[in-house]
Amino acid sequence: MALKALDIFKLLPKTNCKKCGTPTCLAFAMKLAQKQAKLDDCPDVSAEAKALLAGAAAPPIRLVTVGTGDRKLEIGNETVMFRHDESFYHQAGIGVIVPDTLTGQELTERLAQVKALAFVRVGTRIGAGLVAVENASGRADTFVTAVQAARKVGLPLVLMAADAAVVKAALAAGCAAERPLIYAASEGNWEGMAQLAKEHNCPLAVTGADLDAVAALARKVRQAGAEELILDLGVGSLARNLEALTAARRLALKRKADGVGYPSMVCCRDADPAQNLIACCSYAAKYAGIVLTPLRAPEQILPMLTIGQNIYADPRKPIQVEAKVYSVGAVTPQSPLLVTTNFSLTYYTVESEVEASRVPAYIGVLDTEGTSVLTAFASDKLTAEKVVTLLRSEAVTKAVSHQKVIIPGYIAAMSGELLEASGWEIMVGPREASGIPKYLKTVWQGA
Amino acid sequence: MTLMETAKEKWSGAVGTVVLGADAAAGGTRKSVVTLGGASTLPFLKFDGQTPHRPAVAMEVWDSAPEDWPAPLATALGDLVKSPVEWARTCVEKFGADLICLRLTSTHPDLANTSPQKAAETVKAVLKAISVPLIVWGCDQPDKDNQVLPVCSQAAAGERCLFGTVTEDNYKTLAVSCLADGHCLIGLSPIDINIAKQVNVLVTEMGFPLDRLVMYQTTGALGYGLEYTYSIQERGRLAALGGDRLMAVPVICMVGQEAWRTREARATEEELPGWGSEKERGLNWEIATAAALLQAGSDILVLRHPAAVAAIKTSIGQLMS
Repeated sequence: MALKALDIFKLLPKTNCKKCGTPTCLAFAMKLAQKQAKLDDCPDVSAEAKALLAGAAAPPIRLVTVGTGDRKLEIGNETVMFRHDESFYHQAGIGVIVPDTLTGQELTERLAQVKALAFVRVGTRIGAGLVAVENASGRADTFVTAVQAARKVGLPLVLMAADAAVVKAALAAGCAAERPLIYAASEGNWEGMAQLAKEHNCPLAVTGADLDAVAALARKVRQAGAEELILDLGVGSLARNLEALTAARRLALKRKADGVGYPSMVCCRDADPAQNLIACCSYAAKYAGIVLTPLRAPEQILPMLTIGQNIYADPRKPIQVEAKVYSVGAVTPQSPLLVTTNFSLTYYTVESEVEASRVPAYIGVLDTEGTSVLTAFASDKLTAEKVVTLLRSEAVTKAVSHQKVIIPGYIAAMSGELLEASGWEIMVGPREASGIPKYLKTVWQGA
Repeated sequence: MTLMETAKEKWSGAVGTVVLGADAAAGGTRKSVVTLGGASTLPFLKFDGQTPHRPAVAMEVWDSAPEDWPAPLATALGDLVKSPVEWARTCVEKFGADLICLRLTSTHPDLANTSPQKAAETVKAVLKAISVPLIVWGCDQPDKDNQVLPVCSQAAAGERCLFGTVTEDNYKTLAVSCLADGHCLIGLSPIDINIAKQVNVLVTEMGFPLDRLVMYQTTGALGYGLEYTYSIQERGRLAALGGDRLMAVPVICMVGQEAWRTREARATEEELPGWGSEKERGLNWEIATAAALLQAGSDILVLRHPAAVAAIKTSIGQLMS
């Protein structure tokens, strides 16, 4: 958290020596608070004050990068406990655990499955964020073989091994420059793991029996020179893990506790797929930066990714879809045309109802700056003029051969004006999207 | 002091408790009752406060067979949907529902337009078939609900059912009935915390006790506005913990209804290639929506698929441990 000018002033020499180029120490403190000056400009500041101010300038939760290039995963740098307070910024990377006991064809197929976990939802690409190779074999050579194969997936890697020598072998075989996450430093192996993380500039996960143990080890590892750390808060049951995730976030943001200012992760081991899914979704909603799971079917990974998409959506921005003509189902020039707004919640509600109706239809979306039908109508963002422009657009004239348009029931008052301006038959649809299936099946009698 | 102790927040309030169902001692015929709310922490944080009552899992039962439920859901319920009584009984005895949410969909004027008397008979029959508390949900057509629900309320007098819904513009008729017949009420407000509070204010101003109110702030399915519901519920819980009594009201979520409307629950593998088995996709969507909303502070989750009920009940057990 940023310090206030007065807090900074207390740490300065208070000599008003002007060596920094500012008339007084207080004025210098104000510049520092606004980040218009550097602490180094003061030649007399104490080492203690420097450390304190440097700490205060650092983000409360460090940004950690796993991998390199386009597919790199950035986590951390979060600023609030609740998304409605501002926004969450770096949604959890979902990683699939692949044991190195798989070999040959089996390994190839498993990795292909992970690679295929990519989807486009709400116009955004989402997909598995990591591939985590686990040293289940206990051998270095099989681990290296599996890691070399996993590198070809093109996702950031997690090297999961308890023995630093095994991790070292994998790093030496070539993946070090790709900045894999080393998983994990524990009480027994931390010196070796910290050394590897430092030497290869790789992120390092830190484990422990509880939050105190994890934070204590994070401090030790940091002193040993490893900088980009991730707290493994898989300390027990679903309930305990969620408590640790919340506590770590709160301690970092509100109590400035030492050793917790890092993003967190959980490795989800539940053998029951449904419980594993629930746990992964819960961690993704509640602060985890990385969730690792053995689940790998698209219908299992997709919900976890969608939770991230929802919870990390910026609540300050009305989410919008592109204003254009969408088609749902096997449309023909005779299919109905419905009009709605570009507020994504409105659009997707309409879309899902049209889909549920099983009547193929076009949805003409108007740019109302991401507001719902009622709000847009009330604030003149949904006008007859805009609807007419849409009806005359090439997108519409190319799509349908008829001249009938279904408007939301809430803007029924616009019908007369619309008819006059467009010459189209104006059909007043239901007020709520839930009425669309019935409307399309009964009122819509074809073009 | 451990870090967990350092992390503890000092909350001044708690979610109010609401008891659904009346046993013999309370003048009803329920063998078990459901107590909601009471939490003095954000969801399930033992280090932070108490969660005296686990969130309840209700199952939806319709008074007429649903026609357009996706195949994986319809198959899981089979012929049960043909009889609200058998459907409700099986949900309790076999699927482990904590309570039943009976939806009087057939009373809608555009559908069968079932009469208030016939609807009340269904309510009575379902009450007789189950030993757990009952939620009675109208057809969401305000005028018809005002005719049907008071008759149902009277037919179920003394059973302390949960009736829904009342809104800012339409609450008096149902509130009067439920007050007289000893039931609880669901206040509906569309993802707006101020309207949610306003409904609570209006209903309590009529003399309706706050400890018989539940809020329904509408539910967004995963991928379809979940974040709005999630944030509204988090804000509501924070208000309750901050001591705002009029927001310290338990929350109900229509998870099954919303999850099974989504494209992910309905589309075939041909329509969505690479998105996984259509048999599992909808079920997982329902489970994931419920899991997220539990973390936001839901007190009643209304589900549809028996496997979702089993999974969520197991998870709630783990969260409460």
